[in-house]
Amino acid sequence: MHDRVLKYVLIIPAALIVVGTTIWPLGVSLITSFRDWRLARSLTPGGFVGAGHYVTAFTDDPDFSNALAVTARVVALDVPLTVLLALGLALLLRRAGVLQSVTRAVLILPFAVSPALVGISFRFMFNAETGVLSWAAGTAIPPLRDVVLLADPVGALVVLVLSDAWRWAPYMTLVILGGLAALPREPEEAARMDGATEFQVLRDVTIPALLPVLAIVAILKTVFALKMFDQVVTLTGGGPGQSTVTLAYLVYSIAFRWYDMGYASAVAWILTAMLVFLAFWYMRLVLRKPGQT
Amino acid sequence: MSGTLAQRAARAAGARRRRLVWRGVETALLLATLLIILFPILWMALTAFKRPVDLFDLTVFFTPTLDNFRTIFAHPWNIGATLLNSTIVALTTVVIAIPASTLAAYAFSRFEMRGKGLLFFAILATQFIPAVVVVLPFYLLFRDLGLLDTHVALIIVNLAIVTPFAVWMLKGFLDAVPNESEEAALVDGATRLRVIIDIVVPVIWPGVLVTTVFCFILTWNEFLFALILTRDDAVTLPVGITRFRTERGDLWELIAAAGILISIPMFLLASVIQRHFVGGMTGGAVK
Repeated sequence: MHDRVLKYVLIIPAALIVVGTTIWPLGVSLITSFRDWRLARSLTPGGFVGAGHYVTAFTDDPDFSNALAVTARVVALDVPLTVLLALGLALLLRRAGVLQSVTRAVLILPFAVSPALVGISFRFMFNAETGVLSWAAGTAIPPLRDVVLLADPVGALVVLVLSDAWRWAPYMTLVILGGLAALPREPEEAARMDGATEFQVLRDVTIPALLPVLAIVAILKTVFALKMFDQVVTLTGGGPGQSTVTLAYLVYSIAFRWYDMGYASAVAWILTAMLVFLAFWYMRLVLRKPGQT
Repeated sequence: MSGTLAQRAARAAGARRRRLVWRGVETALLLATLLIILFPILWMALTAFKRPVDLFDLTVFFTPTLDNFRTIFAHPWNIGATLLNSTIVALTTVVIAIPASTLAAYAFSRFEMRGKGLLFFAILATQFIPAVVVVLPFYLLFRDLGLLDTHVALIIVNLAIVTPFAVWMLKGFLDAVPNESEEAALVDGATRLRVIIDIVVPVIWPGVLVTTVFCFILTWNEFLFALILTRDDAVTLPVGITRFRTERGDLWELIAAAGILISIPMFLLASVIQRHFVGGMTGGAVK
Protein backbone atom coordinates (compact mmCIF):
# COMPACT_ATOMS: atom_id res chain seq x y z
CA MET A 1 0.00 0.00 0.00
CA HIS A 2 1.28 3.46 -0.82
CA ASP A 3 2.21 5.71 2.09
CA ARG A 4 -0.21 8.37 0.87
CA VAL A 5 -3.12 6.02 1.55
CA LEU A 6 -1.55 4.09 4.36
CA LYS A 7 -1.09 7.05 6.67
CA TYR A 8 -4.84 7.59 6.77
CA VAL A 9 -5.55 3.88 7.12
CA LEU A 10 -3.30 3.77 10.17
CA ILE A 11 -5.35 6.47 11.85
CA ILE A 12 -8.75 4.92 11.14
CA PRO A 13 -9.02 2.52 14.13
CA ALA A 14 -8.06 5.15 16.71
CA ALA A 15 -10.14 7.80 14.98
CA LEU A 16 -13.19 5.52 15.00
CA ILE A 17 -12.73 4.89 18.72
CA VAL A 18 -12.36 8.59 19.52
CA VAL A 19 -15.33 9.60 17.35
CA GLY A 20 -17.51 6.80 18.72
CA THR A 21 -16.64 7.15 22.38
CA THR A 22 -16.11 10.90 22.72
CA ILE A 23 -17.26 13.03 19.80
CA TRP A 24 -20.60 11.22 19.44
CA PRO A 25 -21.59 11.44 23.13
CA LEU A 26 -20.45 15.08 23.25
CA GLY A 27 -22.71 15.89 20.30
CA VAL A 28 -25.67 13.98 21.74
CA SER A 29 -25.38 15.63 25.16
CA LEU A 30 -25.03 19.06 23.56
CA ILE A 31 -28.30 18.50 21.67
CA THR A 32 -29.94 17.03 24.78
CA SER A 33 -28.91 20.14 26.73
CA PHE A 34 -31.34 22.16 24.59
CA ARG A 35 -34.26 19.77 25.13
CA ASP A 36 -36.70 18.94 27.87
CA TRP A 37 -36.15 15.35 28.97
CA ARG A 38 -37.29 14.01 32.32
CA LEU A 39 -36.53 10.33 32.22
CA ALA A 40 -39.10 9.60 34.90
CA ARG A 41 -41.88 10.90 32.63
CA SER A 42 -40.74 9.89 29.19
CA LEU A 43 -38.31 7.42 27.67
CA THR A 44 -37.78 9.64 24.63
CA PRO A 45 -36.51 13.21 24.55
CA GLY A 46 -39.12 15.97 24.59
CA GLY A 47 -39.27 19.30 22.79
CA PHE A 48 -36.53 21.85 22.39
CA VAL A 49 -36.36 24.56 25.03
CA GLY A 50 -33.63 26.64 23.44
CA ALA A 51 -31.07 27.91 25.90
CA GLY A 52 -33.64 27.50 28.69
CA HIS A 53 -31.56 25.11 30.81
CA TYR A 54 -28.52 27.36 30.60
CA VAL A 55 -30.56 30.40 31.59
CA THR A 56 -32.05 28.46 34.52
CA ALA A 57 -28.60 27.37 35.69
CA PHE A 58 -27.18 30.86 35.81
CA THR A 59 -30.25 32.77 37.00
CA ASP A 60 -32.56 30.50 38.92
CA ASP A 61 -30.84 27.50 40.47
CA PRO A 62 -29.32 27.77 43.95
CA ASP A 63 -27.94 24.21 43.59
CA PHE A 64 -25.95 25.25 40.53
CA SER A 65 -24.59 28.44 42.09
CA ASN A 66 -23.67 26.41 45.17
CA ALA A 67 -21.83 23.76 43.12
CA LEU A 68 -20.06 26.48 41.15
CA ALA A 69 -18.91 28.12 44.40
CA VAL A 70 -17.84 24.78 45.91
CA THR A 71 -15.88 23.87 42.79
CA ALA A 72 -14.24 27.31 42.79
CA ARG A 73 -13.25 26.82 46.44
CA VAL A 74 -11.84 23.37 45.70
CA VAL A 75 -9.75 24.76 42.83
CA ALA A 76 -8.63 27.80 44.85
CA LEU A 77 -7.40 25.61 47.73
CA ASP A 78 -6.27 22.51 45.88
CA VAL A 79 -4.20 24.01 43.05
CA PRO A 80 -1.90 26.31 45.07
CA LEU A 81 -1.53 23.69 47.80
CA THR A 82 -0.57 20.93 45.37
CA VAL A 83 1.73 23.08 43.24
CA LEU A 84 3.57 24.59 46.21
CA LEU A 85 3.97 21.24 47.96
CA ALA A 86 5.20 19.63 44.75
CA LEU A 87 7.64 22.47 44.03
CA GLY A 88 9.04 22.44 47.56
CA LEU A 89 9.39 18.69 47.57
CA ALA A 90 11.00 18.62 44.13
CA LEU A 91 13.61 21.16 45.25
CA LEU A 92 14.29 19.07 48.38
CA LEU A 93 14.72 15.94 46.28
CA ARG A 94 17.11 17.45 43.78
CA ARG A 95 20.19 16.50 45.72
CA ALA A 96 21.43 12.90 45.71
CA GLY A 97 21.13 11.00 48.97
CA VAL A 98 19.68 7.88 50.54
CA LEU A 99 16.64 9.59 52.04
CA GLN A 100 16.09 11.41 48.75
CA SER A 101 16.14 8.15 46.74
CA VAL A 102 13.77 6.45 49.17
CA THR A 103 11.34 9.36 48.98
CA ARG A 104 11.57 9.50 45.19
CA ALA A 105 10.75 5.79 45.04
CA VAL A 106 7.48 6.16 46.97
CA LEU A 107 6.27 9.29 45.14
CA ILE A 108 4.34 7.23 42.62
CA LEU A 109 2.39 5.18 45.19
CA PRO A 110 -0.47 7.61 46.03
CA PHE A 111 -1.20 8.05 42.32
CA ALA A 112 -1.66 4.29 41.94
CA VAL A 113 -4.38 4.25 44.60
CA SER A 114 -7.89 4.50 43.19
CA PRO A 115 -9.34 7.96 44.01
CA ALA A 116 -12.49 6.25 45.27
CA LEU A 117 -10.37 4.30 47.73
CA VAL A 118 -8.47 7.45 48.73
CA GLY A 119 -11.82 8.98 49.64
CA ILE A 120 -12.92 5.98 51.68
CA SER A 121 -9.66 5.69 53.59
CA PHE A 122 -9.64 9.41 54.43
CA ARG A 123 -13.20 9.00 55.65
CA PHE A 124 -11.99 6.20 57.89
CA MET A 125 -9.01 8.16 59.21
CA PHE A 126 -11.13 11.26 59.86
CA ASN A 127 -13.95 9.25 61.42
CA ALA A 128 -15.37 11.44 64.21
CA GLU A 129 -14.76 9.42 67.35
CA THR A 130 -12.26 6.82 66.36
CA GLY A 131 -10.37 8.00 63.28
CA VAL A 132 -6.63 8.10 63.70
CA LEU A 133 -6.24 11.49 62.00
CA SER A 134 -9.15 13.07 63.91
CA TRP A 135 -7.34 11.97 67.03
CA ALA A 136 -4.01 13.33 65.74
CA ALA A 137 -5.59 16.64 64.71
CA GLY A 138 -7.29 16.98 68.10
CA THR A 139 -4.07 16.22 69.95
CA ALA A 140 -1.90 18.55 67.88
CA ILE A 141 -4.44 21.40 67.78
CA PRO A 142 -6.58 21.20 70.96
CA PRO A 143 -9.36 23.52 69.68
CA LEU A 144 -10.04 20.89 67.00
CA ARG A 145 -10.65 18.18 69.60
CA ASP A 146 -14.40 18.69 69.76
CA VAL A 147 -14.87 19.51 66.08
CA VAL A 148 -16.21 16.72 63.89
CA LEU A 149 -14.33 17.73 60.74
CA LEU A 150 -16.48 15.78 58.28
CA ALA A 151 -19.67 17.18 59.81
CA ASP A 152 -18.43 20.73 59.43
CA PRO A 153 -18.91 22.48 56.05
CA VAL A 154 -15.43 24.00 56.06
CA GLY A 155 -13.79 20.96 57.65
CA ALA A 156 -15.28 18.55 55.11
CA LEU A 157 -14.05 20.70 52.21
CA VAL A 158 -10.58 20.91 53.73
CA VAL A 159 -10.39 17.12 54.23
CA LEU A 160 -11.60 16.64 50.64
CA VAL A 161 -8.83 18.92 49.36
CA LEU A 162 -6.23 17.26 51.60
CA SER A 163 -7.15 13.83 50.25
CA ASP A 164 -6.73 15.12 46.70
CA ALA A 165 -3.43 16.85 47.48
CA TRP A 166 -2.18 13.62 49.05
CA ARG A 167 -2.85 11.78 45.81
CA TRP A 168 -1.57 14.45 43.40
CA ALA A 169 1.27 16.39 45.06
CA PRO A 170 3.74 13.46 44.94
CA TYR A 171 2.90 12.82 41.30
CA MET A 172 3.35 16.47 40.39
CA THR A 173 6.66 16.39 42.26
CA LEU A 174 7.83 13.80 39.74
CA VAL A 175 6.74 16.07 36.88
CA ILE A 176 8.63 19.04 38.36
CA LEU A 177 11.70 16.87 39.02
CA GLY A 178 11.61 16.02 35.30
CA GLY A 179 11.57 19.74 34.55
CA LEU A 180 14.42 20.42 36.96
CA ALA A 181 16.55 17.69 35.42
CA ALA A 182 16.14 19.31 32.00
CA LEU A 183 17.36 22.73 33.17
CA PRO A 184 20.91 23.65 32.17
CA ARG A 185 23.19 23.97 35.19
CA GLU A 186 25.30 26.87 33.90
CA PRO A 187 23.03 29.84 34.82
CA GLU A 188 22.80 28.64 38.42
CA GLU A 189 26.57 28.11 38.64
CA ALA A 190 27.19 31.53 37.16
CA ALA A 191 24.86 33.21 39.68
CA ARG A 192 26.67 31.42 42.53
CA MET A 193 30.03 32.55 41.17
CA ASP A 194 28.70 36.10 41.22
CA GLY A 195 28.07 35.70 44.95
CA ALA A 196 24.30 35.11 44.94
CA THR A 197 22.93 33.27 47.98
CA GLU A 198 21.13 29.94 47.49
CA PHE A 199 17.83 31.71 48.08
CA GLN A 200 18.61 34.32 45.41
CA VAL A 201 19.62 31.60 42.95
CA LEU A 202 16.32 29.86 43.59
CA ARG A 203 14.22 33.01 43.30
CA ASP A 204 15.98 34.68 40.37
CA VAL A 205 17.28 31.77 38.30
CA THR A 206 15.74 28.36 39.04
CA ILE A 207 12.08 29.24 39.57
CA PRO A 208 11.82 31.59 36.56
CA ALA A 209 13.32 28.83 34.39
CA LEU A 210 10.79 26.37 35.80
CA LEU A 211 7.76 28.58 35.14
CA PRO A 212 6.62 26.74 31.97
CA VAL A 213 6.62 23.42 33.85
CA LEU A 214 4.87 24.97 36.85
CA ALA A 215 2.23 26.41 34.52
CA ILE A 216 1.61 22.97 33.02
CA VAL A 217 1.34 21.41 36.47
CA ALA A 218 -1.04 24.16 37.63
CA ILE A 219 -3.30 23.79 34.59
CA LEU A 220 -3.38 19.99 34.83
CA LYS A 221 -4.21 20.21 38.52
CA THR A 222 -6.95 22.75 37.82
CA VAL A 223 -8.45 20.35 35.30
CA PHE A 224 -8.46 17.46 37.77
CA ALA A 225 -9.82 19.67 40.55
CA LEU A 226 -12.64 20.91 38.30
CA LYS A 227 -13.61 17.32 37.48
CA MET A 228 -13.46 16.16 41.11
CA PHE A 229 -16.04 13.44 41.60
CA ASP A 230 -14.82 10.10 43.00
CA GLN A 231 -13.72 11.37 46.40
CA VAL A 232 -16.87 13.46 46.75
CA VAL A 233 -18.92 10.26 46.48
CA THR A 234 -16.81 8.15 48.82
CA LEU A 235 -15.54 10.77 51.31
CA THR A 236 -18.29 13.32 51.92
CA GLY A 237 -21.26 12.32 49.77
CA GLY A 238 -21.53 16.01 48.94
CA GLY A 239 -22.24 16.88 52.56
CA PRO A 240 -22.67 18.07 55.17
CA GLY A 241 -25.68 19.72 53.56
CA GLN A 242 -24.46 20.64 50.09
CA SER A 243 -21.13 22.02 51.22
CA THR A 244 -19.00 19.68 49.08
CA VAL A 245 -21.25 19.19 46.04
CA THR A 246 -18.93 19.84 43.08
CA LEU A 247 -20.17 20.48 39.54
CA ALA A 248 -19.44 16.91 38.43
CA TYR A 249 -21.31 15.56 41.46
CA LEU A 250 -24.23 17.91 40.75
CA VAL A 251 -24.49 16.59 37.19
CA TYR A 252 -24.55 13.05 38.58
CA SER A 253 -27.30 13.97 41.05
CA ILE A 254 -29.44 15.73 38.45
CA ALA A 255 -29.12 12.88 35.98
CA PHE A 256 -29.29 9.79 38.16
CA ARG A 257 -31.31 10.88 41.19
CA TRP A 258 -33.72 13.34 39.64
CA TYR A 259 -33.51 11.85 36.12
CA ASP A 260 -33.55 15.25 34.41
CA MET A 261 -31.36 14.44 31.42
CA GLY A 262 -31.84 17.78 29.65
CA TYR A 263 -30.77 19.91 32.56
CA ALA A 264 -27.96 17.52 33.54
CA SER A 265 -26.56 17.76 30.00
CA ALA A 266 -26.60 21.55 30.16
CA VAL A 267 -24.71 21.66 33.46
CA ALA A 268 -22.28 19.04 32.14
CA TRP A 269 -21.66 21.23 29.10
CA ILE A 270 -20.99 24.29 31.24
CA LEU A 271 -18.30 22.25 32.99
CA THR A 272 -17.01 21.00 29.64
CA ALA A 273 -16.74 24.54 28.30
CA MET A 274 -14.54 25.55 31.23
CA LEU A 275 -12.30 22.54 30.69
CA VAL A 276 -11.98 23.06 26.94
CA PHE A 277 -10.94 26.64 27.65
CA LEU A 278 -8.20 25.32 29.94
CA ALA A 279 -7.27 22.67 27.38
CA PHE A 280 -6.60 25.43 24.89
CA TRP A 281 -4.13 27.16 27.23
CA TYR A 282 -2.53 23.87 28.19
CA MET A 283 -1.89 22.95 24.59
CA ARG A 284 -0.45 26.33 23.76
CA LEU A 285 2.13 25.65 26.46
CA VAL A 286 2.81 22.02 25.64
CA LEU A 287 2.82 22.18 21.86
CA ARG A 288 4.98 25.29 21.72
CA LYS A 289 8.17 24.52 19.84
CA PRO A 290 11.35 24.99 21.86
CA GLY A 291 12.78 28.48 21.35
CA GLN A 292 9.43 30.02 20.47
CA THR A 293 7.75 32.23 23.02
CA MET B 1 35.65 38.35 49.05
CA SER B 2 37.65 40.59 51.33
CA GLY B 3 38.56 41.10 54.97
CA THR B 4 41.18 39.73 57.28
CA LEU B 5 42.01 36.09 57.57
CA ALA B 6 40.12 35.89 60.90
CA GLN B 7 36.99 37.43 59.39
CA ARG B 8 37.10 34.98 56.51
CA ALA B 9 37.50 32.04 58.87
CA ALA B 10 34.55 33.23 60.94
CA ARG B 11 32.44 33.59 57.80
CA ALA B 12 33.38 30.09 56.68
CA ALA B 13 32.49 28.66 60.10
CA GLY B 14 29.14 30.47 59.95
CA ALA B 15 28.44 29.09 56.53
CA ARG B 16 29.30 25.57 57.73
CA ARG B 17 26.95 25.89 60.67
CA ARG B 18 24.15 27.20 58.48
CA ARG B 19 24.68 24.30 56.09
CA LEU B 20 24.54 21.83 58.98
CA VAL B 21 21.30 23.35 60.29
CA TRP B 22 19.83 23.30 56.79
CA ARG B 23 20.80 19.63 56.39
CA GLY B 24 18.93 18.89 59.63
CA VAL B 25 15.84 20.76 58.43
CA GLU B 26 16.04 18.95 55.10
CA THR B 27 16.18 15.54 56.76
CA ALA B 28 13.25 16.38 59.01
CA LEU B 29 11.16 17.58 56.04
CA LEU B 30 11.95 14.45 54.03
CA LEU B 31 11.06 12.17 56.94
CA ALA B 32 7.79 14.06 57.38
CA THR B 33 7.09 13.65 53.65
CA LEU B 34 7.72 9.92 53.81
CA LEU B 35 5.40 9.63 56.81
CA ILE B 36 2.61 11.60 55.11
CA ILE B 37 2.85 9.61 51.87
CA LEU B 38 3.09 6.19 53.47
CA PHE B 39 0.83 6.58 56.49
CA PRO B 40 -2.59 6.25 54.80
CA ILE B 41 -1.37 3.19 52.90
CA LEU B 42 0.17 1.53 55.96
CA TRP B 43 -2.88 2.34 58.07
CA MET B 44 -5.10 0.65 55.52
CA ALA B 45 -2.76 -2.36 55.44
CA LEU B 46 -2.85 -2.62 59.24
CA THR B 47 -6.62 -2.28 59.34
CA ALA B 48 -6.97 -5.10 56.82
CA PHE B 49 -5.45 -7.51 59.35
CA LYS B 50 -7.45 -6.33 62.37
CA ARG B 51 -10.41 -8.02 64.00
CA PRO B 52 -13.46 -5.72 64.22
CA VAL B 53 -12.93 -5.40 68.00
CA ASP B 54 -9.42 -4.00 67.45
CA LEU B 55 -10.57 -1.68 64.71
CA PHE B 56 -10.70 1.56 66.64
CA ASP B 57 -7.72 0.88 68.85
CA LEU B 58 -5.08 3.25 67.65
CA THR B 59 -2.37 0.73 68.54
CA VAL B 60 -0.21 -1.11 66.05
CA PHE B 61 0.04 -4.06 68.45
CA PHE B 62 -2.85 -6.42 67.89
CA THR B 63 -3.41 -10.04 66.98
CA PRO B 64 -3.35 -10.10 63.18
CA THR B 65 -5.98 -12.13 61.37
CA LEU B 66 -6.63 -13.19 57.77
CA ASP B 67 -10.36 -13.44 58.44
CA ASN B 68 -11.14 -10.21 56.58
CA PHE B 69 -9.64 -11.56 53.38
CA ARG B 70 -11.56 -14.81 53.82
CA THR B 71 -14.76 -12.87 54.43
CA ILE B 72 -14.54 -10.67 51.34
CA PHE B 73 -14.03 -13.68 49.08
CA ALA B 74 -16.95 -15.56 50.65
CA HIS B 75 -20.69 -15.12 50.17
CA PRO B 76 -22.28 -12.53 50.14
CA TRP B 77 -19.37 -10.28 49.15
CA ASN B 78 -17.78 -12.52 46.49
CA ILE B 79 -15.02 -10.04 45.79
CA GLY B 80 -13.47 -12.67 43.50
CA ALA B 81 -16.15 -11.98 40.90
CA THR B 82 -15.51 -8.23 41.20
CA LEU B 83 -11.79 -8.79 40.83
CA LEU B 84 -12.47 -10.83 37.70
CA ASN B 85 -14.67 -8.02 36.29
CA SER B 86 -11.93 -5.44 36.87
CA THR B 87 -9.36 -7.68 35.21
CA ILE B 88 -11.53 -8.45 32.18
CA VAL B 89 -12.49 -4.80 31.65
CA ALA B 90 -8.98 -3.38 32.10
CA LEU B 91 -7.29 -6.06 29.98
CA THR B 92 -9.77 -5.89 27.10
CA THR B 93 -9.64 -2.10 27.09
CA VAL B 94 -5.86 -1.97 26.69
CA VAL B 95 -5.83 -4.85 24.19
CA ILE B 96 -8.12 -2.80 21.93
CA ALA B 97 -6.70 0.64 22.65
CA ILE B 98 -2.96 0.03 22.48
CA PRO B 99 -2.64 -1.45 18.94
CA ALA B 100 -5.03 1.15 17.52
CA SER B 101 -3.18 3.95 19.30
CA THR B 102 0.24 2.70 18.23
CA LEU B 103 -0.73 2.78 14.54
CA ALA B 104 -2.25 6.25 14.85
CA ALA B 105 0.72 7.56 16.83
CA TYR B 106 3.06 6.22 14.14
CA ALA B 107 1.12 8.02 11.42
CA PHE B 108 1.11 11.25 13.43
CA SER B 109 4.81 10.96 14.12
CA ARG B 110 6.12 10.01 10.67
CA PHE B 111 3.80 11.49 8.05
CA GLU B 112 2.72 14.95 7.04
CA MET B 113 -0.98 15.16 6.31
CA ARG B 114 -3.62 17.75 5.75
CA GLY B 115 -5.39 18.83 8.92
CA LYS B 116 -2.93 16.94 11.09
CA GLY B 117 -2.57 19.79 13.58
CA LEU B 118 -6.32 20.10 14.01
CA LEU B 119 -6.79 16.34 14.31
CA PHE B 120 -4.08 16.02 16.91
CA PHE B 121 -5.47 18.99 18.80
CA ALA B 122 -8.88 17.28 18.85
CA ILE B 123 -7.41 14.05 20.19
CA LEU B 124 -5.63 15.97 22.93
CA ALA B 125 -8.64 18.08 23.81
CA THR B 126 -10.76 14.98 24.44
CA GLN B 127 -8.56 14.24 27.45
CA PHE B 128 -9.89 17.34 29.14
CA ILE B 129 -13.55 16.47 28.71
CA PRO B 130 -15.27 15.47 31.95
CA ALA B 131 -16.33 11.81 32.06
CA VAL B 132 -19.73 12.82 33.33
CA VAL B 133 -20.68 14.51 30.02
CA VAL B 134 -19.66 11.41 28.06
CA VAL B 135 -21.53 8.97 30.27
CA LEU B 136 -24.99 10.56 29.95
CA PRO B 137 -25.62 9.57 26.29
CA PHE B 138 -23.95 6.20 26.84
CA TYR B 139 -26.20 5.46 29.81
CA LEU B 140 -29.28 6.13 27.64
CA LEU B 141 -27.87 4.15 24.70
CA PHE B 142 -26.88 1.13 26.80
CA ARG B 143 -30.25 1.18 28.54
CA ASP B 144 -32.00 0.99 25.17
CA LEU B 145 -29.65 -1.76 23.97
CA GLY B 146 -29.91 -3.72 27.23
CA LEU B 147 -26.17 -3.36 27.75
CA LEU B 148 -26.26 -1.78 31.21
CA ASP B 149 -24.30 -3.77 33.78
CA THR B 150 -22.15 -5.57 31.17
CA HIS B 151 -18.42 -5.69 30.53
CA VAL B 152 -18.96 -4.46 26.96
CA ALA B 153 -20.48 -1.21 28.19
CA LEU B 154 -17.60 -0.51 30.55
CA ILE B 155 -14.98 -1.36 27.94
CA ILE B 156 -16.53 1.00 25.39
CA VAL B 157 -16.59 4.01 27.74
CA ASN B 158 -13.13 3.27 29.14
CA LEU B 159 -11.79 3.40 25.58
CA ALA B 160 -12.90 7.05 25.57
CA ILE B 161 -10.42 7.86 28.34
CA VAL B 162 -7.59 5.58 27.36
CA THR B 163 -7.28 5.91 23.58
CA PRO B 164 -6.50 9.66 23.22
CA PHE B 165 -4.15 9.40 26.13
CA ALA B 166 -2.29 6.45 24.60
CA VAL B 167 -1.95 8.16 21.19
CA TRP B 168 -0.47 11.23 22.90
CA MET B 169 1.94 9.22 25.00
CA LEU B 170 3.07 6.88 22.20
CA LYS B 171 3.66 9.75 19.80
CA GLY B 172 6.04 11.19 22.38
CA PHE B 173 8.01 7.94 22.43
CA LEU B 174 8.00 7.63 18.62
CA ASP B 175 9.15 11.21 18.09
CA ALA B 176 12.21 10.41 20.20
CA VAL B 177 13.23 7.52 17.92
CA PRO B 178 15.28 8.47 14.82
CA ASN B 179 13.88 6.97 11.63
CA GLU B 180 17.06 6.39 9.56
CA SER B 181 16.90 2.61 9.78
CA GLU B 182 13.26 2.72 8.70
CA GLU B 183 14.19 4.81 5.66
CA ALA B 184 17.02 2.41 4.83
CA ALA B 185 14.72 -0.62 5.01
CA LEU B 186 12.16 1.16 2.79
CA VAL B 187 14.84 1.91 0.22
CA ASP B 188 15.77 -1.79 0.29
CA GLY B 189 12.21 -2.57 -0.74
CA ALA B 190 10.55 -3.51 2.55
CA THR B 191 6.87 -2.57 2.86
CA ARG B 192 5.78 0.01 5.38
CA LEU B 193 3.86 -2.57 7.41
CA ARG B 194 6.93 -4.84 7.61
CA VAL B 195 8.96 -1.84 8.73
CA ILE B 196 6.45 -1.06 11.49
CA ILE B 197 6.34 -4.66 12.72
CA ASP B 198 10.05 -5.53 12.35
CA ILE B 199 11.81 -2.24 13.10
CA VAL B 200 9.53 0.23 14.87
CA VAL B 201 7.72 -1.99 17.36
CA PRO B 202 10.90 -3.60 18.77
CA VAL B 203 12.48 -0.17 19.27
CA ILE B 204 9.53 1.49 20.99
CA TRP B 205 8.56 -1.64 22.90
CA PRO B 206 9.44 -0.06 26.30
CA GLY B 207 7.24 2.92 25.43
CA VAL B 208 4.38 0.62 24.43
CA LEU B 209 4.77 -1.28 27.69
CA VAL B 210 4.74 1.87 29.81
CA THR B 211 1.70 3.20 27.96
CA THR B 212 -0.11 -0.12 28.37
CA VAL B 213 0.55 -0.22 32.10
CA PHE B 214 -0.49 3.40 32.50
CA CYS B 215 -3.77 2.79 30.67
CA PHE B 216 -4.34 -0.39 32.65
CA ILE B 217 -4.03 1.56 35.92
CA LEU B 218 -6.41 4.28 34.70
CA THR B 219 -9.03 1.70 33.73
CA TRP B 220 -8.54 -0.39 36.86
CA ASN B 221 -9.11 2.63 39.13
CA GLU B 222 -11.96 4.13 37.09
CA PHE B 223 -14.97 4.86 39.30
CA LEU B 224 -17.53 7.16 37.68
CA PHE B 225 -18.40 4.97 34.67
CA ALA B 226 -18.61 1.83 36.79
CA LEU B 227 -20.80 3.59 39.36
CA ILE B 228 -23.30 4.69 36.73
CA LEU B 229 -23.24 1.81 34.25
CA THR B 230 -23.06 -1.25 36.52
CA ARG B 231 -25.30 -2.66 39.20
CA ASP B 232 -24.52 -6.29 40.06
CA ASP B 233 -22.94 -8.42 37.36
CA ALA B 234 -20.23 -6.12 35.99
CA VAL B 235 -19.27 -4.17 39.13
CA THR B 236 -15.53 -3.41 39.28
CA LEU B 237 -13.35 -3.08 42.38
CA PRO B 238 -13.52 0.69 43.05
CA VAL B 239 -17.33 0.48 43.11
CA GLY B 240 -17.17 -2.92 44.83
CA ILE B 241 -15.48 -1.41 47.90
CA THR B 242 -18.38 1.00 48.39
CA ARG B 243 -20.58 -2.08 48.95
CA PHE B 244 -19.00 -2.52 52.36
CA ARG B 245 -20.72 0.64 53.51
CA THR B 246 -23.90 -1.04 54.65
CA GLU B 247 -26.98 -0.04 56.59
CA ARG B 248 -25.30 -1.55 59.64
CA GLY B 249 -22.48 0.94 59.21
CA ASP B 250 -19.17 0.97 57.40
CA LEU B 251 -17.34 -2.36 57.60
CA TRP B 252 -13.91 -0.74 57.69
CA GLU B 253 -11.89 -3.93 58.13
CA LEU B 254 -13.43 -5.37 54.96
CA ILE B 255 -13.01 -2.09 53.07
CA ALA B 256 -9.33 -2.12 54.04
CA ALA B 257 -8.86 -5.74 52.97
CA ALA B 258 -10.50 -5.04 49.61
CA GLY B 259 -8.48 -1.81 49.34
CA ILE B 260 -5.25 -3.76 49.72
CA LEU B 261 -6.47 -6.17 47.07
CA ILE B 262 -7.08 -3.30 44.62
CA SER B 263 -3.89 -1.43 45.37
CA ILE B 264 -1.11 -4.03 45.57
CA PRO B 265 -1.14 -4.94 41.84
CA MET B 266 -1.18 -1.22 40.93
CA PHE B 267 1.75 -0.50 43.27
CA LEU B 268 3.77 -3.21 41.56
CA LEU B 269 2.90 -1.95 38.08
CA ALA B 270 3.53 1.68 38.98
CA SER B 271 6.90 1.01 40.55
CA VAL B 272 8.12 -0.91 37.53
CA ILE B 273 7.43 1.98 35.17
CA GLN B 274 8.00 4.93 37.48
CA ARG B 275 10.94 6.29 35.55
CA HIS B 276 8.96 6.69 32.34
CA PHE B 277 5.63 7.45 33.96
CA VAL B 278 5.96 11.20 34.05
CA GLY B 279 7.28 12.08 30.63
CA GLY B 280 4.19 10.54 29.08
CA MET B 281 1.74 12.37 31.26
CA THR B 282 2.85 15.75 30.01
CA GLY B 283 3.57 14.52 26.52
CA GLY B 284 7.32 14.84 26.75
CA ALA B 285 7.06 18.56 27.37
CA VAL B 286 9.13 18.39 30.50
CA LYS B 287 11.43 15.49 29.77
